[in-house]
Amino acid sequence: METETMRLLATALAIGIGALGPGLGVGLIGSKAMEALGRNPEAEGAVRTTMILAIAFAESIAIFSLVVALIIKFV
Amino acid sequence: MGPHISIKGEIITEFFGFPITNSFITTLLVLFVFFFIARFYNSEIEKKDRSLGFYALHGMITWLYDMFKSVLGKNINTFFTLVGGFFFFILLLNWSGLIPGVGSILISPPLAHEEEVMIEEGEAEHGSGKIPLLRGGTADLNTTLALALISVLGTQLFGFKFLGPINHLKKYFDFRDPIMILLGPLEIIGEIARIVSFAFRLYGNIFAGEVLLTIIPFLLPVFLSFVVSPLFFMEIFVGLVQALVFAMLSTVFINMAISTHH
Repeated sequence: METETMRLLATALAIGIGALGPGLGVGLIGSKAMEALGRNPEAEGAVRTTMILAIAFAESIAIFSLVVALIIKFV
Repeated sequence: MGPHISIKGEIITEFFGFPITNSFITTLLVLFVFFFIARFYNSEIEKKDRSLGFYALHGMITWLYDMFKSVLGKNINTFFTLVGGFFFFILLLNWSGLIPGVGSILISPPLAHEEEVMIEEGEAEHGSGKIPLLRGGTADLNTTLALALISVLGTQLFGFKFLGPINHLKKYFDFRDPIMILLGPLEIIGEIARIVSFAFRLYGNIFAGEVLLTIIPFLLPVFLSFVVSPLFFMEIFVGLVQALVFAMLSTVFINMAISTHH
């Protein structure tokens, strides 16, 4: 296989596989936050802030794979 | 002609052999803006009738102060200068890449001769050999790495200061307990991994946003390229969240370092 073909494939696979886990994670965080909100509606502000922070942490794993993909593509 | 994307800041000029990149220039501009905002806040706080801008700023600072207070407790006044500074500086750096003109004003690279060959190769890829004059501050790994080093080394320093050298080093080197002999080196590895994760999280988010904003208009016909505008709002939000995440994580790690173990 050509190096350039392999590169394109590696870029797509890096971000594609890397986004699977964080996607599941963000979904779980959202569903649990909704559950917490249903049980305890007056804690909305605290739940929202913590949820966004937790989502940002889960998302950062996807961002790492995105950085790897960009490095493969552009360097 | 394709979009111009570079994963690192380009060298604009040299100052006594010290390379000045476009990210560095933006960071200096942001420092100036930061300085004047701080001066404005400080001068307004002593007046009797204050302007609306002051209250907008004050509301934000109070919100941040209360949020960090819920983590740090009574130590908040010692650390708020550091983590609040982190928040506002990173916020302005993140948003600096979104200002129209940053990244779109192109200049021809003033190059030293040995680099000429390398750029010519890049020219074939990117279409034109021009480089942007300004670039978002945190869209360069050097900036975020510097901030991550300040955060992690600062955490160590506060650990030494608040717990004393012996108690602090006990977290890493404790030979009385067989479990701690194994866990100590893991903690050291964790500290190093923390630098990398701090730096790459911020850099990746902001740089990915810039790439997104550059690529999306090229995917569509010219008259449809306004669809990129909602993404600008998303990037403003991402910039705010990432600044908050950086400051909040620093706060949590500082709190872990200054509280006694177990």
